[in-house]
Amino acid sequence: MKSLRFAARALWREARSGELAVLLLALAVAVGSVTAIGFLTDRIGQAVALQAAEVLAADLRLSSPGPVPEQFEQRARDRGLQTASLTTFPSVVYAGDDTALASVRAATAGYPLRGRVRIADRLLGAPREASGIPRAGTVWAETGLLAQLGIDVGGVLELGAIELTVDAVITYRPDQSPGFSGLAPALVLNDDDLARSELLGEGSRASYILLLAGDRGAISEYAAAVRPDLPDDMRLQDRGDAGRELNTAIQRASRFLSLASLVSLLLASVAVAMSARRYAERRLDTVALFKSLGATQGFVVRTSVIQLFVLAAVASVLGAAMGYAAEQALASVLAGWLRGDLPEPSLAPIALGAGTAMVLMLGFALPSALRLGRTPPLRVLRRDLDPVPLGAWVSYGLAMLALGALVYWAVRDVALLAVIGGGTVATGAVLYLAGVALVRLLSISRGRVGVAWRYGLANVARRGRSSAVQIVAFGLGLMVLLLLTVVRNDLLDGWRASLDETAPNHFLINILDEDRDGISALLTERGLAAPAFTPLVRARMTAINGAPVSELEFDDPRGEELARRGQNLSYRATLPASNALSEGAFWSPEHTGSPEVSVELDAARAMALSLGDELTFDVAGEPMRATVTSFRTVEWQSFDPNFFMIFTPNALAEYPKSFITSMRVADAERSALLDLVRAYPGVSVIDLEAIIDQVRAIIDKAALAVQLVFAFTLAAGVVVLFAAVQATLDERRYESALLRTFGASRRTVLTGLITEFAVLGLAAGLLAALGATGIGLIAAERLFNLSYDVSPMLWAAGLLIGVVVVGVSGTLASRAALSAPPVATLRQR
Amino acid sequence: MSNPTEYALQADRLEKKVSSPDGSLTILSDVSFRIERGRSVAIVGPSGAGKSTLLGLLAGLDVPTSGDVRIDGDSLKTLSEDGRARLRAEKVGFVFQSFHLVPSLTALENVMLPLELLGRDDARTVATSILDQVGLAHRTGHYPNQLSGGEQQRVAIARAFAPKPAVLFADEPTGNLDTATGQVIVDLLFRLNAESATTLVLVTHDDALAARCDLRLALRAGALESAA
Repeated sequence: MKSLRFAARALWREARSGELAVLLLALAVAVGSVTAIGFLTDRIGQAVALQAAEVLAADLRLSSPGPVPEQFEQRARDRGLQTASLTTFPSVVYAGDDTALASVRAATAGYPLRGRVRIADRLLGAPREASGIPRAGTVWAETGLLAQLGIDVGGVLELGAIELTVDAVITYRPDQSPGFSGLAPALVLNDDDLARSELLGEGSRASYILLLAGDRGAISEYAAAVRPDLPDDMRLQDRGDAGRELNTAIQRASRFLSLASLVSLLLASVAVAMSARRYAERRLDTVALFKSLGATQGFVVRTSVIQLFVLAAVASVLGAAMGYAAEQALASVLAGWLRGDLPEPSLAPIALGAGTAMVLMLGFALPSALRLGRTPPLRVLRRDLDPVPLGAWVSYGLAMLALGALVYWAVRDVALLAVIGGGTVATGAVLYLAGVALVRLLSISRGRVGVAWRYGLANVARRGRSSAVQIVAFGLGLMVLLLLTVVRNDLLDGWRASLDETAPNHFLINILDEDRDGISALLTERGLAAPAFTPLVRARMTAINGAPVSELEFDDPRGEELARRGQNLSYRATLPASNALSEGAFWSPEHTGSPEVSVELDAARAMALSLGDELTFDVAGEPMRATVTSFRTVEWQSFDPNFFMIFTPNALAEYPKSFITSMRVADAERSALLDLVRAYPGVSVIDLEAIIDQVRAIIDKAALAVQLVFAFTLAAGVVVLFAAVQATLDERRYESALLRTFGASRRTVLTGLITEFAVLGLAAGLLAALGATGIGLIAAERLFNLSYDVSPMLWAAGLLIGVVVVGVSGTLASRAALSAPPVATLRQR
Repeated sequence: MSNPTEYALQADRLEKKVSSPDGSLTILSDVSFRIERGRSVAIVGPSGAGKSTLLGLLAGLDVPTSGDVRIDGDSLKTLSEDGRARLRAEKVGFVFQSFHLVPSLTALENVMLPLELLGRDDARTVATSILDQVGLAHRTGHYPNQLSGGEQQRVAIARAFAPKPAVLFADEPTGNLDTATGQVIVDLLFRLNAESATTLVLVTHDDALAARCDLRLALRAGALESAA
């Protein structure tokens, strides 16, 4: 009680004198950046999820083989959700003598609930965003369909009992996924025309879809409420089921944001540790005095801890306010750019911010408080007496523990934590050793330089341990700055480049064996590359290790879906380029033994498959057995034809099959595709440009978000540098005053200061560039699956920023001492 | 633990050794003396004779290699670091050469400090009254850097006497002051000493100051030369 009252009074008195400003600033910036990142990540995450929802054209979709019972739509309206319905079925359409198979989609007003359809006024025309759905009596058709029918906008086609005028060419539908293979080109019409067409009678193969959209909470409540009431033949899909290509992009986007949070946490910790250390250093004399006046060790520690926690509380409030204000500002800047309704952010980041402040205090400032308790009271008579150092486990163990807990809480990504955390610790250790080595080197060389230089170098050398610590702090700060600027740009560029201009943008599917040569010839004649055909066999899995799939229990609903639905299988002699083997061994190109299968890793996990399992398939009515001999990971974003199951050629080659290929077609060459569809009406062309655009949009959003978030991290980095300079400012001031008293010119003292900080900056910059390169390389390969080339810019930037930033800021900060009369500084001692 | 005794301070065969690169170094050896309550004593000697070391040991700021110190009858040997701190809070006051005021506290708050450490509720009243006694009633709200050297030392003296210590240690109290100001400080020190019946232990180079004390302990090379 006594210590609480005393601590409160002492804190108030010290706060009044401005002693605590730096520590408070470091903490508030830490909390502010963590809170802002929390808020922003929350919002950006939601924006990215909305983008993903475009693939469904809704937040949620209910599909059924018969009309969706009225109750499901009613319940959605009761919850304030938007709804629209879509009826899809394949049908042959006619235009004069030409016929084509179309995937008919009858939509009600509101479709699509997420994303926008883009249309053009003529074939190969410039696309624009459509508003609404086709008017009654008109249709929108995809390029392939019009090409097969030989008509353009304004033409008339017959669908069942009615004639419809083509009003626009569809260039993009949000819900066109390359995953639905075998789909004919789409024809979108107004739902009002559907009944008149008389196409939907008993036994027609239509799929009825109810689209739903609304805010997050209402959507998930609705999904939870209706799920138990769904008949067996109805299916509920949410954003999580969005295309695999998009999922990859979203995952990367959130990793980039996590990286930003993690880095600012690390920086904040360093800043807090440094300013807490300085706070403790500056209190040593006072504490020694308190002890000589009869304060016990426990009393000193208690009051210090109480003070630190009060500070943490104040910093939490300040920081949370800063973070919230920053987020509001950012959200208004982003408002025009983020489409759709962004729900308000949750308050969770405030708790995260407050927790961060407390944990940072515990981990990084508490050791300083504990050390303060050990101040020998004899220091009142002998100022050179320092407290007995704490055991390394107390000082570093606490910090590591606190940081680990915080990072895990904030990021929940163990792999990211391991790479960044490991990189930081390794860099810190290397920096420290290098710092010590450098200090040794300098103490040897200083006899050979002039007086000012000698003073500067001697300073670095004499404060051996603290110089090394400063190099570590500067180095870590700089490393993070480099990671933020150079490496971030390189990683983002690498990511964009993974969708480079040579990536395939069209799939051709339903290619018959005998048409392959003709298609190759047609395409090469038109100046396009001869495509590589991948075989595709339709099949259904019937048993795993002899147990019928229909009777097996699956823990993962996705696994159940994968196992029971019809599958596209393929076979090949070698591992595809965009695949990587993760377990087992891939067969040799000349494999002739019993049939083997390689399964995509996520699918294998969802179906709980193990190497050695025997899978049985029904292929064209005959059983086919194969043994699982390997698992693969797939780079879905490569837009190559990829498969969950790939077999040895001898397993499938004799069954009926079609072929699929992907190719790059430039805009100017698209007319070749029209000719191809006319010549081979059975072949369907799927335009991937739209989905690639979606992935690009996510990358761009994520990139912008990451830039914004990193701006906060940058602020934290600046505070670290500031704290590092401040750490030895008092001592420097005193020495400058002393030197000037002895008659050194300001110029000499200044040159000495510049030398000292420039040397520290050079060492820190060099080592920071090394660390940033290492982390960049590992992060690119392990976390983002991107290739990353080390940029010489990074090294140049590291050295330059090191010398300039540390040299200039250090000198400027210490220069104040030069302008004050020496006596003022000396008297303060 | 407190034994009724007529001695405010007793040193019994004090020895202090420190380890140095050249092996163990003896700073003090076989120092013994007793000082009665209310007396004043000067510890004198050339630089390096061990005066400050002795002061540290007597005040319980440091522990001897062997021997014991009793303050107001309480043996320091049996006390822990925290025990010695509590003893200092109750029975010991300090005046330092470089004042050692807390720069972030006003004059009044500096004087309140030892009283607050004792948990006394009347800290403000007591501190105000003693600042009045040292002639600084009009300066209570000033910070140390707004006070002259002499004023700072008067605040320090007020702080030392505020809790009415049994023993007051003063380490070169006039060392940082000019002669005239030093004289004022010394007068103040002796006046308050007489009024409060405190035992005064002074470490000094100043012969005039030493001459005003009842006793004189001369140290040379770590040993007591004479006990007058």
